[in-house]
Amino acid sequence: MAGALSRPGLLYHMNIELLSQYLVAGLTYGTIYAIVAIGFNIIYNATGIINFAQGEFVMLGGMIAVSLHHIMPLPAAILAAVLMAMIIGALIEIIFIRWLVSPSVLRMIIITIGISIFIREAALHIWGESVRALPYFTGTEVTVISIGDVHISPQVLWVTGTSAVMVALLTFFFSYTLLGKQMRACAANRDAARLCGISTANMVTLSFVLSAGIGALAGCVVSPITYVQYDSGTGLAIKGFTVAILGGLGNSTAAIAAGLVLGILESFSVWVLPTAFKDVVSISILLLILFVRPSGIFGSVEASRLKEF
Amino acid sequence: MKVCKMFAVLLLACMIMATPALAKDTIKVGAILAVTGPAAFLGAPEAKTLEMMVEDINKKGGIKGKTIELIIKDSGASPEKALSFAKQLIEEDKVLAIIGPSTSGETMKIKSVAEEGKTILISCAAAEVIVNPVAKYVFKTPQMDRDAVIKIFQQMKFMKLTKAGVLSSNSGFGDAGKKQIEKLAPEYGIQIVANEVYDKAATDLTAEVTKVKASGAEAIINWSIEPAQAIVIKNARQLGFKGPIFQSHGFGNVKYAQAAGEAAEGVIFPAGRLLVADLLPSDHPQKAVLMQYKKDYETKYKEEASTFGGHAYDAMTILTKAIEKAGSTDKEAVRTAIENLKGIVGTGGVFSFSPQDHNGIDINAFSFEMLTVKKGKFAILETSAKHEEHIKPKK
Repeated sequence: MAGALSRPGLLYHMNIELLSQYLVAGLTYGTIYAIVAIGFNIIYNATGIINFAQGEFVMLGGMIAVSLHHIMPLPAAILAAVLMAMIIGALIEIIFIRWLVSPSVLRMIIITIGISIFIREAALHIWGESVRALPYFTGTEVTVISIGDVHISPQVLWVTGTSAVMVALLTFFFSYTLLGKQMRACAANRDAARLCGISTANMVTLSFVLSAGIGALAGCVVSPITYVQYDSGTGLAIKGFTVAILGGLGNSTAAIAAGLVLGILESFSVWVLPTAFKDVVSISILLLILFVRPSGIFGSVEASRLKEF
Repeated sequence: MKVCKMFAVLLLACMIMATPALAKDTIKVGAILAVTGPAAFLGAPEAKTLEMMVEDINKKGGIKGKTIELIIKDSGASPEKALSFAKQLIEEDKVLAIIGPSTSGETMKIKSVAEEGKTILISCAAAEVIVNPVAKYVFKTPQMDRDAVIKIFQQMKFMKLTKAGVLSSNSGFGDAGKKQIEKLAPEYGIQIVANEVYDKAATDLTAEVTKVKASGAEAIINWSIEPAQAIVIKNARQLGFKGPIFQSHGFGNVKYAQAAGEAAEGVIFPAGRLLVADLLPSDHPQKAVLMQYKKDYETKYKEEASTFGGHAYDAMTILTKAIEKAGSTDKEAVRTAIENLKGIVGTGGVFSFSPQDHNGIDINAFSFEMLTVKKGKFAILETSAKHEEHIKPKK
């Protein structure tokens, strides 16, 4: 009954400011999902597997930065957190994955799930269960940039900006640098890459380092909005994974687009449906894509056929 | 193969050695708490409180010469895990009583198990359904969510607000609060203009708050125990919502107020007095107990005490008093003793149980204080509705 009262006709809701506000909400969700999705893509690009511990890198970045922020200024804390996460990423790869002789996709997935549980439990012991956050980079919790009746937090712009810069750099790295091309070669055909003189093991390590760093940076910029807790990686990873699939695995520019599509759809679903259905919408989209177009909205159908996973 | 077998034997030997010597004069008390997981901020202080109390009781020679053996199980707020732990504690460990679970959803899941197993259950969760209808062996210590809703509505009426936008999380706590709000709103002349449920793991609630704001709500009432309750306030203020924001008693952990920073200023919520213990007049009946618990907890764990740890404190206090009163560790005798306890001063209020009342405190026992946030700290709301006004007699 209360639901009916809250909806005095669609006409009432059809004003441009409200529309824009939902768009802004969608933008916020979308960029958060996208920035997490990018991390998935890097390891996929180098190894052809999904790293299910990606969400934990995001959590680690946020947690380390929050701890370091007590003793150093914000930019230094973020930089140090990203570097530490990169070292952790490298260690994980060297300890758990490097020595495996041609591991199957399934085995790698199970290993990464194991690593994710391990990191989560370790974080619980180090930081406890309390909720933390970095301060807003610009202004405070209540600072907003208002255009008419539309309000947007500056932190959302930080997240958007960071994602954009990240994607630009990554695209450049993978398309134009020798190292980037070597990494892609590893994913395409490991044996052929090795025959060309590429150290495939080093490339995989590098991909873990990169994605850990990117995950950690994502964790730092989203933490003022979403907060960070020892187990917050899982939730973010699920949405990030959905977006990565939606955009087509391995394509970071597409991940941004897919993130925005999903975020805006979720936001508008709140407008017309009870909010409890928000996740139903996103999961339905994921299933639909997996059935109809498993290569993702922007992915190439032919390329995906050649891949193992 | 040989190595494997040797290893297995070694493991077995370790397990046998690790089993504690069976002592006859201990009282086994189980606890099912959400020490980790989404409700960890409830379960963790509860577990710490119990460990602290049991250590203290045993150091003083136990209850009537019997030491307490505390078995804490971490349910991670999962009702399924709580259920299997409850069965394990009742059937294998044969505990006298179970303290917990931390959340309402878990408690409801194991209510019937405790009843069938004839084992005392003292829940640390708030929902009214836990003790209404009364189950013979099931008690609870936190204040009723119903009373918290009444306190908020009284305050709204006092502030001349009639249109409420309601947000709640899809957890047992959020759901129970939402139902009470819907049920009690007409009695207090409050109109619910928006009623939205969000995911308990939500990371941003801008769209939900936009919807509530567009509905013309004069005040927002949020009911959840997750980090989302800090996100709601932040998003509401970012969207330029100027009206008052009410939170449930689940807001009683200063970490959430700090997490929301400037946005938390002026948030109003009902809570137990533990949070403002030092601000109470010295002749307040609860002052001594509250200050003592706060001091003990904070010196031991170097973190601020919360009302949630207090619920476990009350549960353990009630249990020990009942054992002392019964003079035995017979389940039935202790259960009857709890029903006859009167005037037990706890952190949540002054408890007086009866066969009909398994919560022991009600709104008339001044169990809730209206609090607000001032400069990142909890403070007593100065301009609040009087306790006596509009109170309907309890059944």
